[in-house]
Amino acid sequence: MEKIISGKTINVNEEGYLTGFSQWDKTIATEIAKEEGITELGPRHWQIIDYLQDQHKKEIPLSIRKIGKSGVVDIEEFYALFPQGPLKKATKIAGLPKPASCI
Amino acid sequence: MKRIVILGAGTAGTIMANHLNHEIDKESWEIDVIDHRQEHYYQPGYLFLPFDIYEPEDIVKHIKDFIPKGVNLINDKAEKILAGEKKVLMQNGDLIHYDILIIATGCNIAPEEVEGMNGKEWRNSVFDFYTFEGSLALRDKLRKWEGGKLVVHITEMPIKCPVAPLEFSFLADSYFKNKKMRDKVDITYVTPLSGAFTKPKATETLSHLLVEKNINQVNDFGIKKVDNENKKIIDYEGREVSFDLLVTVPTNKGDALIERSGLGDDLNFVPTNKATLQSLEHPDIFVLGDATNIPASKAGSVTHFEAEILTENILRYVKGEPLKEEFDGHANCFLETGNGKALLIDFNYTHEPVEGTFPFPGIGPLRLLKESRMNHMGKLAFRWIYWHMLLKGTHIPFVSTTMQMEGKHF
Ligand SMILES: Cc1cc2nc3c(=O)[nH]c(=O)nc-3n(C[C@H](O)[C@H](O)[C@H](O)COP(=O)(O)OP(=O)(O)OC[C@H]3O[C@@H](n4cnc5c(N)ncnc54)[C@H](O)[C@@H]3O)c2cc1C
Repeated sequence: MEKIISGKTINVNEEGYLTGFSQWDKTIATEIAKEEGITELGPRHWQIIDYLQDQHKKEIPLSIRKIGKSGVVDIEEFYALFPQGPLKKATKIAGLPKPASCI
Repeated sequence: MKRIVILGAGTAGTIMANHLNHEIDKESWEIDVIDHRQEHYYQPGYLFLPFDIYEPEDIVKHIKDFIPKGVNLINDKAEKILAGEKKVLMQNGDLIHYDILIIATGCNIAPEEVEGMNGKEWRNSVFDFYTFEGSLALRDKLRKWEGGKLVVHITEMPIKCPVAPLEFSFLADSYFKNKKMRDKVDITYVTPLSGAFTKPKATETLSHLLVEKNINQVNDFGIKKVDNENKKIIDYEGREVSFDLLVTVPTNKGDALIERSGLGDDLNFVPTNKATLQSLEHPDIFVLGDATNIPASKAGSVTHFEAEILTENILRYVKGEPLKEEFDGHANCFLETGNGKALLIDFNYTHEPVEGTFPFPGIGPLRLLKESRMNHMGKLAFRWIYWHMLLKGTHIPFVSTTMQMEGKHF
């Protein structure tokens, strides 16, 4: 399904995840974050988004447990930054598919 | 003589032993099955045991009764897989050489993963029903429990039979109604997911049932610890749910053997090709059942479908032919909803459970994603099918290995 974010048309699935990463950019991330109730993405958010995208590129499956052990962020802070379901929110904002660990 | 070693004689290992015993050329191949246990447990029965619907003897039988003649059953624990050397080191010190290894060691609960979970309230007011001992202890607790706050909880995904905790909540509702004490029990379902189930259409149906049965729901709950003193579970955002009786599904992990052998991910699940069931790292190792990391449900029905495809792939591997990339994640599960009714769900990697008819398109007799008595009979019949057909690797009539699309309302 199509969706217009800040003037750009993007394709998302029924849960709002981008269907192709090529359409992702930082403005889109900021807008999706707002829809998810995160009004501003700070430097820590971006570091985590970078990390998730990098892991995804390497085809490493994502899970909260693994992120907690990554040294990038601990689980408590991850929840504080992306409240209520941090992994599914952070991946949506990062333009990635919903991780299998959320399925 | 070449050797196929099957590690684990649970659902997956037993089905594979039966399939291969039929299919492989016994002139040149020997089949060994390794398991340290004597008993085979029918795990779907753990759901019914706490409510006095099944007795322990309904769900425990001897492993050796299901291993065919012509297959060696080795009754010892595997210590370590030496993948480079094609050997399995046994607890008694024996080294068993293999040409093909099939890992079917399943998964287990790991309550130690959450602070306080197996603390002083463990099996006192904190229970699991994913083990025989846990399920039996819970039965004894429920028999004398006088009511209060019952919290049914999932720690983290993946877990085997992901619908079992919901079924537990529905059966608890019926159980207390029958005991004429439902008004004394407050039931809350707590999950790390954003809804009752992982797939949208089934979630809709199931959320509706939770409301109808007066079961409260707490979603997106990432548990941090169990507070034994104050009888509360607390999540990473500081949310608290208090309980008088906590029935939790702890983290599920693959066997420690996988970790010792350096073959698993951080939950000891073995990275596996989701279409061929070959290990991603070692071409002579295959994996099925709950031990894999594939994104399919960890269920006996899934294992049964996997075994049919894996058998074919092993025959191909032996002949040096390319493997069939055929497994589609097909799962077919009955879901108890209480009061003698059940739902049936049928789904795979790409298609979520929807409404329709099963197994005959347009006819049924089973209705998908709709509560009925017929589905409940199906669930109870599954135990008979499990012992008499599924473990023996008999093809279950009318049920296809990969998912069928006709008769479904996508
Ligand atoms: C409460 C509950 C309800 C369920 N309900 C359903 C349902 O309704 N429908 C359904 O289809 N599925 C259901 N399941 C899931 C189903 O039981 C499992 O998916 C299935 O049993 C998996 O089979 P497996 O062979 O992979 O693992 P298991 O059957 O667990 O077998 C693993 C075997 O490996 C052996 N083993 C492990 N490590 C070693 C070692 N180091 N050395 C030697 N042996 C070892 C173990 O002793 C065990 O016998 C349910 C599960 C539970 C817990």
